[in-house]
Amino acid sequence: MTMTGAVLSLRDVKLDLKTPEGYVRILHDVSFDVAPGEIVGVVGESGSGKSMTALTVLQLLPPKARLTAAQIGFDGVDLATMPPRGLRGIRGKKIGMVFQDPMTTLDPVMQVGKQIDEAYRIHHPRAPRGEARAKTLQMLRLVGVPDAENRAKQYPHQWSGGMRQRAVIAMALVNDPRVIIADEPTTALDATIQAQVLDALIRARDELGVAVVLITHDLGIIAQVASRVVVMYAGRVVEVASTREIFADSRHPYSNALIESRPGAHRRGEPLTAIPGRPPLMADLPPGCPFAPRCASPFKSELCTAERPALELSDDGRLSACHYRNESQRMSA
Amino acid sequence: MSELLSVEDLTVHFTSRNFRGKRTIYAVDGVSFAVGENEAVGIIGESGCGKTTTGRAIVHLEDPTSGRIAYRGRDVTHPDAAARRAFNENVQFVFQDPMSSLNPRMTIEQIIAEPLRAFGRWGRKTGPERVGDLLEKVGLPREHRDRYPHEFSGGQRQRIGIARALALSPELLVLDEPVSALDVSVQAQVLNLLMDLRAEQSLAYIMISHDLDVIRHVTDRILVMYLGVIVESGPADEILDTPVHPYTAALVSATPPSSPDESRERIRLHGELPSAANPPSGCRFRTRCWRADEKCVNEVPQLAPLGDGSRRAACHHPLNIGMPLVRAEATV
Repeated sequence: MTMTGAVLSLRDVKLDLKTPEGYVRILHDVSFDVAPGEIVGVVGESGSGKSMTALTVLQLLPPKARLTAAQIGFDGVDLATMPPRGLRGIRGKKIGMVFQDPMTTLDPVMQVGKQIDEAYRIHHPRAPRGEARAKTLQMLRLVGVPDAENRAKQYPHQWSGGMRQRAVIAMALVNDPRVIIADEPTTALDATIQAQVLDALIRARDELGVAVVLITHDLGIIAQVASRVVVMYAGRVVEVASTREIFADSRHPYSNALIESRPGAHRRGEPLTAIPGRPPLMADLPPGCPFAPRCASPFKSELCTAERPALELSDDGRLSACHYRNESQRMSA
Repeated sequence: MSELLSVEDLTVHFTSRNFRGKRTIYAVDGVSFAVGENEAVGIIGESGCGKTTTGRAIVHLEDPTSGRIAYRGRDVTHPDAAARRAFNENVQFVFQDPMSSLNPRMTIEQIIAEPLRAFGRWGRKTGPERVGDLLEKVGLPREHRDRYPHEFSGGQRQRIGIARALALSPELLVLDEPVSALDVSVQAQVLNLLMDLRAEQSLAYIMISHDLDVIRHVTDRILVMYLGVIVESGPADEILDTPVHPYTAALVSATPPSSPDESRERIRLHGELPSAANPPSGCRFRTRCWRADEKCVNEVPQLAPLGDGSRRAACHHPLNIGMPLVRAEATV
C-alpha cells in the first residue's frame, strides 16, 4: 500500500468539521500516494470529500476544523504536524494550487504578469530584478499563452476564462513545485477551451516533471489525462487503481456505477444506469458500507450492512474498500 | 411526422450602451430549423454561440429582432395575449438552474399548481390530485407536495421543474442545459426520466446543451451553433461520428473520451471565440479554422444540404463524409 518514492503520501487522514450539532467527521482514513511526475485523478460526487482532501493537504482548513491521527508526508516532512510558519514555505512554492474559478485567485486590479512575478518574489526575496519576469514569461509560454510578453501587461478582465485559468497554472508553476493540486480546473470552461487547459497541465508534467492531483467529477477527463484514479465516496477512499484498471475491471461497485451512469457508456436512447438514492449525510452514516443502500452489485450481501469494509488489498493486489474486492464489479451493458 | 415548430431566419440582436456609445450584439443571426411531433432536437455549441438565446426566443423570453416563429403553421413571432396563452399551453421551458427557477417561498404544490391555476384547470379536488400524479411521474413521492424547494436535492429540484413544465400536458419542451448542474449519477436519473416521458406522452424536445454525450444520447437530430449561426445540422449519430464542418469536428475531438482505450485524433483550435458584437466577415469560424482561405473571408457560406439532404453544413471546405473521427469504439 505504501509507494516507495512517493512525493505526497496521505495516511489515515481524518478530518472533523464543527457544525451547530457538534463535530462531524467528513474525512475517514483517507490514504493515497502520488508519485513524482504522475497525474492522479480524484473523483466522486459533490460532497464526497474530494475538495476537502485537497484543502487538508495544504492545511487550508475552516476554523475549528480538527485533523486527527493523520500523516501527510511530503518531501520528508509531515504537513499535518507542521507549524504555520513552515507551511508558508510549502504552499505556493513546493505545492501549487489551481482552483475552479480563476478569478478567486487573480487580483482584478493588478497586471497578470505582475501577479505571477509576485508569486515568485515572495518565495525568492533576494532574486535580482528581471529574474521574476523571465520566469513568469517562461511559464506563460509553457502553458500556451501566445504573445506572453504583451499579454503579461494586461489585466485579468482582458483575458478570457481559459486564458485566465492558464495564468493561474503558470502562477502555480512559477516556483518549480513538485506537486500541483488542481480542483475542478476546467469545470467552468467549454470543451475546446477545457482541452487547451488540460494540455497545459500535461505539458507542465512532461517538461517540469511536476506531479498533478486532478480533482474532478468528470470521468472523461480522468480517462483522458490521469494515469491513476482515487475514487471517493462519503468522505472515504473506496478504490485506488490505474485508469485502465478502473475502466476495465473496477473492484468497487461505486466506481462501476460512476462509469455506467455516463451517457457515453451506453448506446443511444438506452436507459442509463442511474445510482438510486443519494449520498448519505456525513452526520448520519449507515452502519456497514456507506454505499450499501445504493449498491447494485450482484455480490451484495448481509455482510455489507453489518460490517464496514476497509480500504485493503485484494488477493491480486488491487486496492478497494469493498468486501468483494476480489470480484470484478464492472458490469458493462 | 408533422411539423410542430418552425423557425425561419430568426435573429435576436441586443443593444448594449456604455460611455463609448451603442453597440449591437448579434446573439442569434439568422437561424432556421423545424421540430416535428415527438422529435428530440439538440442544440450544441460553446458559451456565446446563441443556443440559449435561440431557446429563450422560441418561448418569448427574448424578443426576436426579425424572422418568423410558427407553431403548427400559425405565426407566433409577436403574439397577442390570447395567442401567447395558447402557445404557452403547448410549449414549456425548463431552466438550467433548479435553485433559481423555483420560488423558495412556495410549496411544491403551489409551484406545480401555478400553471394549472393560470389556465383555469385547477379544481378543488382534481388540482391536488393532478399535482400528486405529476410528482409521481417524475419519480417523487406524492406526500412531498407540502415541502419547500430547499428540502430537495438538486436532481429532485430539477424534476420539480420538469413536473411544472408538464402540468399543462405540453407538446414541446424547451430544455436549457437541464442536467449540467447535476452530478453524473443524478444526471442519469433525469435523462432517463426525459426519455421515458418522451416515449409515454409523445413529447417533442429542444434540448440545449454543451455536453455532446448527453445530446447524442437523447436527441435524434442536432444543430451545431457557432457565433449566432447554425454551422451544421443533421442526425445526431452521423454528425458526431462524421462531422463535416471543421468546427463540429474540433468540438467532437475536444470532448473527453468515454474510456482510456478510446483513441481520438485531437484537433487543436487556436485562438478564442470572436466577439458577437463584431463577427468576422465571410465564415464566422474562419479566424480559428485550419482550412480557411480567401473565399472564407469574402463569402458567407450557406447552410446547404449534403448527400440525401438530411444533413446540412455551412462550409466552403467541408471535411470528407465517411471519415470517422472516433477511431475505436469503447471496448470495455
